[in-house]
Amino acid sequence: MASRKTSQPKRESGDKYSVLLPTYNERENLPLIVWLLVKYFGESGYNYEIVVIDDGSPDGTQEVAQQLQKIYGEDKILLRPRAKKLGLGTAYIHGIKHATGNFVIIMDADLSHHPKFIPEFIEKQKEGDYDLVSGTRYQGNGGVYGWDLRRKLISRGANFVTQVLLRPGASDLTGSFRLYKKAVLESLVERCVSKGYVFQMEMIVRARQLNYTIGEVPISFVDRVYGESKLGGNEIVSFVKGLITLFATT
Amino acid sequence: MTKLLEWLLGVSLVLSAWAVVSFDLLELSLPQTYREVAWPMPLYLLVTFGCYSLATVGYRVATFNDCDEASAELQGQIQEAKQDLRKKGLKI
Ligand SMILES: Nc1nc2c(ncn2[C@@H]2O[C@H](COP(=O)(O)OP(=O)(O)O)[C@@H](O)[C@H]2O)c(=O)[nH]1
Ligand SMILES: [Mg+2]
Repeated sequence: MASRKTSQPKRESGDKYSVLLPTYNERENLPLIVWLLVKYFGESGYNYEIVVIDDGSPDGTQEVAQQLQKIYGEDKILLRPRAKKLGLGTAYIHGIKHATGNFVIIMDADLSHHPKFIPEFIEKQKEGDYDLVSGTRYQGNGGVYGWDLRRKLISRGANFVTQVLLRPGASDLTGSFRLYKKAVLESLVERCVSKGYVFQMEMIVRARQLNYTIGEVPISFVDRVYGESKLGGNEIVSFVKGLITLFATT
Repeated sequence: MTKLLEWLLGVSLVLSAWAVVSFDLLELSLPQTYREVAWPMPLYLLVTFGCYSLATVGYRVATFNDCDEASAELQGQIQEAKQDLRKKGLKI
């Protein structure tokens, strides 16, 4: 097959991509996202591994993850669970420690980030030797599915205010679908103190501050089909607090 | 320098330039028309920026892509994945 032939040199390039999948109650989504990751990595031929960081989900996500590991192999699916829900930021730190690739991809496990964009991220990264590549809902063919007018307005409004105040040099600050050089991610994670959405924002703002180069790829964000969002609550309040903190400290 | 300081610096530069012209602080004996034009400038700038912001955000909300095909594609792939995973022996 033609695709096999073209995929061969990619495996030999020595680059390896570690996908970090933090999960909390994603029993239904995890098999689907893993299946899609395997599909697109298989087709594009890049070397990869999937690191599942489950925070003791009561719905049995870990058990599903073990089944997936049996199906796809222990070299492809790494399980690095933690005993209890300790938050997204520390889940990444935990995951990076166990990632063996020289690149790390961070994405949500709830299917709102589609693995079909990963080959585009990788090509973009190679194109400019970028330190990080960020998915963006706000440019080109990027967009969202399942958002009403109110949510679009809040999203666009918050993004505009942030762009004016922080001039971060990236169009999507709160998105969390990104590819990093591993060393870059490590140095960023070490510096970032925020939680929740603001964590993603701080990562990219600090990246700019440290003069890391940023590439962007338009992505479509499809609202989760299964399970429910774990953030939420007083999202807007914590966003504003985070924005002010970054405004005053970076 | 933090963004806050950058902003404070920028705003104070603009404000002092404005004050110099509209109140003729340095006794440059500028023509009266300069002072008259400069005096309401901050308000004009604010209103212009406000309009620009509203227009930009409005335009971006209106042109925010609805990724209907992306959702349809995903739905199809979910079915495909479920079948394939069942075949591979996944029990949920
Ligand atoms: N390991 C771990 N994963 C988490 C935690 N909180 C959220 N997640 C995962 O992080 C991703 C994004 O969370 P989600 O609830 O979808 O946030 P939203 O998309 O912003 O509403 C999902 O894959 C969640 O399962 C946590 O405390 N620990
Ligand atoms: Mg989500």
